[in-house]
This record gives sequence, structure tokens and C-alpha cells, in this order.
Amino acid sequence: MLRRVTIAAAPFDPEAEIAAFRKALDDSGAIVTFTGQVRPSNGGGSVSTLSLQHYPGMTERGIEAMLDQVAERWPLEAVLVIHRVGDMGPHDPIVLVATASAHRRAAFEAADFLMDYLKSRALFWKSETSASGKLWIEPRDEDYADAARWDASPGGR
Amino acid sequence: MAKLLFFGRLGDLAGGIERSISLSEPHSVSALIGVLEAGDQLLGSALVDPRIRYALNGAIVDRETLVEDDDELAFLPPVSGG
Repeated sequence: MLRRVTIAAAPFDPEAEIAAFRKALDDSGAIVTFTGQVRPSNGGGSVSTLSLQHYPGMTERGIEAMLDQVAERWPLEAVLVIHRVGDMGPHDPIVLVATASAHRRAAFEAADFLMDYLKSRALFWKSETSASGKLWIEPRDEDYADAARWDASPGGR
Repeated sequence: MAKLLFFGRLGDLAGGIERSISLSEPHSVSALIGVLEAGDQLLGSALVDPRIRYALNGAIVDRETLVEDDDELAFLPPVSGG
């Protein structure tokens, strides 16, 4: 399985990354991509800056270990994870996950699994700064429940 | 010197992400938190929140694990990415 993990301190271009990912493929028939971007507002107030912190080294090793699991569970040809750190403004891309496989199901499931991991288990810390101050964000109960779905079916596909 | 790293909201409480502490002898994570608590009670109590995890030189450890003078100990509050 081709794999690439990038922690990006500067903005990235999801469309260019997806094009490069697709070009490198040999025999995949299915490509799934997910892009997460900064919401212009969260609940009531508008968000001026979203900031992400990671633990250099340990964060990357955790994602690589997740990719080992992905490689065991799904027959993928390639996987790409790009995750921003640092300060971002509204509409800036935060995360890109791309997966490629012979048929669609494996690509869909692996991308879904990786996003659940990145949302609630990978070593990132997110804060939002708005007119009302700085707020550290924790995963919603829904995010933990999403991630737990994969624990219940260890066999995968 | 042991290097201490405070992530997320713990960095705000500690007044910065990184701090050095000189350990003349090995301290358990608990004992080290005790030392920090003596200087700053608010930080100390935040560090024993049951949701905080501890990483010694990049591996998750429990509070009984010993920290030596050239180690790196990170305090990891609940994460959120994506």
C-alpha cells in the first residue's frame, strides 16, 4: 500500500494533492477523498482563528500505526493523510484523507475509519478564537461514538 | 534537565508549552506533579484530571512510572483533530 502522512504547518491545496494522488495510482477503480475545512461560524459567534497543535513525532507515529491497521483491514492501493497545524482562517482546509482501492467499499470504509481516528484519537489539540475569547475544543460525544463503531467490528472486511 | 510539555489548555495554565525541571533523583509522574502543584495549585490539579494522559519519551505511561533527568514528559489533555 502506498502511503503518505504529512503534518502541514502551511496551507495546502486539496485539489492539487488529489490530482497528484490519482496520477500515482496503477490499478484502482475507486478513489474516495474527504476534505475538512474551517467553518466560518460555530454555533452563535463567528470564528476568527482556528489553531491546531500537535506533538511532533508522537502524532505522526500514531497516524502511521493507524495506517498499519488500515492496510490490514482493507485492500487499498494507496492512502494519503494531510493534516494542518498552526493558525487557520474560515474556509482554510484542515485535513485531507484520500484512499484508493479496486472497488468502492474498501475506499469508503477506510476513509471513514481514518477520519474517525483523526477527529477523536490522533494527537491534535484544537482551539478557536472569536470575539468572545479563546476556547479549547474537545470532541463531541458523537465523535467518540463514531470512533467506537470500529472497535465493535474488529474483523472489518 | 527533564523536559516537560504541556499541550492544549494545559499550556495556557502552565504559561507556555515547554518547561525544564532539574531532577536530582528519579521522580514518579505523581511525585513530579506534586512538585509542580507546590508551585501552582491550579496547574497541579489540572494535571491529575483522570482524562489527562502522560507520555514519557513518546510512549504512554501511568503515574507510577519514573521520570529521570534527561527524559521528556508530556501531559496530554483530551485531543481533537480534523
